[in-house]
Amino acid sequence: MNKTVNPNELKPADDTGPLYAARKKVYPQSVSGTFRRIKWTLMAICLGVYYFLPFVRWNRGLGAPSQAVLIDLPNSRFYFFFIELWPQEVYYFTGLLIVAAVALFLMNSVGGRIWCGYLCPQTVWTDLFYAVERLVEGDRRERMKKDKSSDPLKLERISEIVLKHSIWLMIAWWTGGAWVLYFTDAPTLVKELVTFQAPMIAYIWIGILTATTYVLAGFMREQVCTYMCPWPRIQAALTDEWALNVTYRYDRGEKRTSVKKAAELRALGQQVGDCVDCYQCVAVCPTGIDIRNGPQLECIQCGLCIDACDNVMAKIGRPKRLIGYDNDINIHRRQEGKAPIYRIVRPRTIVYSAIIVAIGGFMTYTLATRSLLDVNVLHDRNPIAVKLSDGSIRNAYTVRLLNKSGYDRVIAIDANGPANATIHVIGVDSVTPDRPMIVIPRDSTSELRLLVTAPAENNPEKSIPVRFLVTDIGLGEVASATDNFVSP
Amino acid sequence: MTDHSSDIDSLSGKSTTGHEWDGIKELNTPLPRWWVITFYLTILWSIGYWIVYPAWPLISSNTIGVFGYSSRADVAVELANLEKIRGDKMAALGTASLADIEKDPALLALARAKGKTVFGDNCAPCHGTGATGSKGYPNLNDDEWLWGGSLDQIMQTIQFGVRSGHAKSHEGQMLAFGKDGVLKPDEIVTVANYVRSLSGLSTRNGYDAAKGEKIFAENCAACHGDAGKGNPELGAPNLTDKIWLYGSDEASLVETISQGRAGVMPAWEGRLDPATIKAMAVYVHSLGGGK
Repeated sequence: MNKTVNPNELKPADDTGPLYAARKKVYPQSVSGTFRRIKWTLMAICLGVYYFLPFVRWNRGLGAPSQAVLIDLPNSRFYFFFIELWPQEVYYFTGLLIVAAVALFLMNSVGGRIWCGYLCPQTVWTDLFYAVERLVEGDRRERMKKDKSSDPLKLERISEIVLKHSIWLMIAWWTGGAWVLYFTDAPTLVKELVTFQAPMIAYIWIGILTATTYVLAGFMREQVCTYMCPWPRIQAALTDEWALNVTYRYDRGEKRTSVKKAAELRALGQQVGDCVDCYQCVAVCPTGIDIRNGPQLECIQCGLCIDACDNVMAKIGRPKRLIGYDNDINIHRRQEGKAPIYRIVRPRTIVYSAIIVAIGGFMTYTLATRSLLDVNVLHDRNPIAVKLSDGSIRNAYTVRLLNKSGYDRVIAIDANGPANATIHVIGVDSVTPDRPMIVIPRDSTSELRLLVTAPAENNPEKSIPVRFLVTDIGLGEVASATDNFVSP
Repeated sequence: MTDHSSDIDSLSGKSTTGHEWDGIKELNTPLPRWWVITFYLTILWSIGYWIVYPAWPLISSNTIGVFGYSSRADVAVELANLEKIRGDKMAALGTASLADIEKDPALLALARAKGKTVFGDNCAPCHGTGATGSKGYPNLNDDEWLWGGSLDQIMQTIQFGVRSGHAKSHEGQMLAFGKDGVLKPDEIVTVANYVRSLSGLSTRNGYDAAKGEKIFAENCAACHGDAGKGNPELGAPNLTDKIWLYGSDEASLVETISQGRAGVMPAWEGRLDPATIKAMAVYVHSLGGGK
C-alpha cells in the first residue's frame, strides 16, 4: 500500500530547538569621553527631576494643594504649577502626546535614536544599575571571570552579590516611592510611609514599581529594547538617508588589523583600514553588538562606542571619529573624494517642527484663553412642558455650573428667548427674584433645578430657542448655553 | 481498552486508536501530560468545592458546606452596609426641616435623588413617572393644588392621604348632586355652563347665566367659594383657572356634578419611613409647582 514512502522523510525539519535565542549576558566595559559625560549629565537631570519634583511647592491659596505637580485622583484634578486641569480637559494630554510623538520623530530625523540612547527611562535606569554593578563587582573582565568561575562561593563573592542587589533594590524602591508621591501631598506621604501609616495602595504601588525597576533595569536590560519596545521598528521605518546615526565609517578603509601588521601590509602596498580590530566598541556596548556591522535594530545609539574608539584612535595617533554620527551618503561622498554635507534642515524636519509649533501653539492659546466659568443645561424630558393654572407655560431645566477658578463666585442667571419669561431656581430665594443670584464655591460644580415660565399668548411657537447666560457679578465673566423652550 | 501499541500506522509510525472507518484509521494522539494533570486537579478541586460550598441538592434543601456560605446572606450584608453608609445622610434628612432641606444644595440633591426613586416605586402608577398625572390623578408639576402646595401641605397629603381611611386623612368630596336628587338634569347643565364661564370657556347658546349663578351660590359656593376660587382646606378645586382634573367640557362637568368625585390617595405613613416621606415632599415640591 505505502511501499514507496519512507515515513522519516515526511517529518518536518528539526523542530526540537527552542523558539527563542538564549540571551548572551552583556558585560559593558567602563568608558570615558564626550558621550559618556553627556549621558552622566542627562542621567543626573532626568533622575533629579523624577525624584525631587514632587517636593517642589506651589502656592495656590488656602485650601488648595500646594504641590507643584500633583495628580489628585480622588478629587479628579491635575495640577502642574500654574495649570489646573479638570477631567473633561483631558484633551490637553492628547495634544501633549501628539507633540511628544512628533518630537520623537524630529529627534529621529535629526540624530537617530537620541531618545533611546540618552533619555529613555529604560536606558537611564539600566545605565545606573550597570554603574552600581561595576562599582561593586568590578569592570567587564572581572565580572565575566566571576560569573564564569565554577569555584564554590566564598564569603567575599557572596557579600558582593548581596551588596549589589541591595543597592539595586534601594534604587528600585526609591523609584517606586517617588512615583506615588505624584499622587498625593509628598511631604505628608513620606511621613506616613516612614511611620507605616500610609494607605495600603501606596505600599502596593511602591512594591509594583520596585519590582518592575529591579527586573527591567537589573535583569531584562537590553532585551526590553530588542524584544519588547516597538520604537526600534517604528524608528527604522521613519528614518531617511539624511538622518545622522551612530555609524562605523567604513570609508576609512578595510581591512582591520593591528598597527604593526598594518604597517607591514602598507609597506607591501596593500589596502589597510584605520580600525585595529581591538573590539573596544563591542566591549563598551550596553546591547552587546558590533557597530561595525552597520545600523542594527539592537543599537540604541548611546554613543559609547564613539568614546571607546576615540580613546583608541588618540592612543595610536589616528584621526578620531572612526565611529561617529554620520550617514551613508557622506561615507560615499568621502569615498568619492567629495566633502561631506549635513542637512539638518530638510522637508522632513521642517514639517515635524511645523507640526510641533502648530499643536503646541494651539494648545498654549486654548489653555491661556480657556474659560474658568462654564454652564451646561439639560431640558427636562418628562414632562417636557407644564401648563400652569393661569394658562402660562413652564419648562424645567437641570443647570450645571462649573467654577474652575480658585475663588468663590457670585453669579446671576438670565434666560433669553421666550417673551416675558421669568426664571426661578429651586431652593434659592434670591434678593433679585427675576434674576437669581447664586454662590458657586471655588473649584467645584453646582447643579441647580431652574424653571422658566412664560405666558402662552406671548409665545405661540411650539419651540423657542432659549439662551442661558451665567454672569459673574464681580468680574463680568460670562458663560452661556442654549436649549429650547417648548410648549405642551 | 484497545491496546494502542499493537496497531502501528506504517505511514506515520504512530499507534492508532483501533477505530476504523472505510479503511481510514484514527491516529492515537494523546493529550499533553500537563493537560491531563490539570484535568485531574480540577476534579480534586471540585471535591473540595462540594465540601466547603453548598453543592448537593437534598429532598427539601441542599448541603450547606463547611463555609456556611449563601449568596442571600451576602446580599443581606451588602444591603446592611449600604444602609450604614447612607445612615448619616438619611438621618440628616430626618432632622432637618423641609425648608432647610430645600435650601441646602447637598440635602436637596439627596432628597431629590431619594424622592425620585421612591416616587417611581410608589407614586408613578397613578401620577405617572414624570408626575404628570392623568384624568383624576393630579399633575404634580403644575401650580394647581387641591390640598395646598406648600412643603408642609404636600408632606401632610403624602403622610395621611386623601380619603384613605387614615384618621388624619384629608376628607371632603364632590357630592353627587344628580344621583342624590339635589339638582335636576337641566339645572346641572345650567350650572355646568356657569362653571365653564368662570374660567372664560364658551357656553351653550341660550343658557341662563343668572339661573346658573343662583344654583352655584346655593349648592357649590359652600366649598368652592362664592367666586369659585376653591378651598384647599376641603380639597375643593379652583374652578376659575385653566387646569381641570376631570375635564372641562360640558359632558365631563355634567358627569362630575351628577355623579360626584371622590378620588383616593393612600396614606404613606407607616409604609415609608419619615425621612423618606420628607424626601418625597421635597421632591414633589421641587418639581416646580410647589408654593
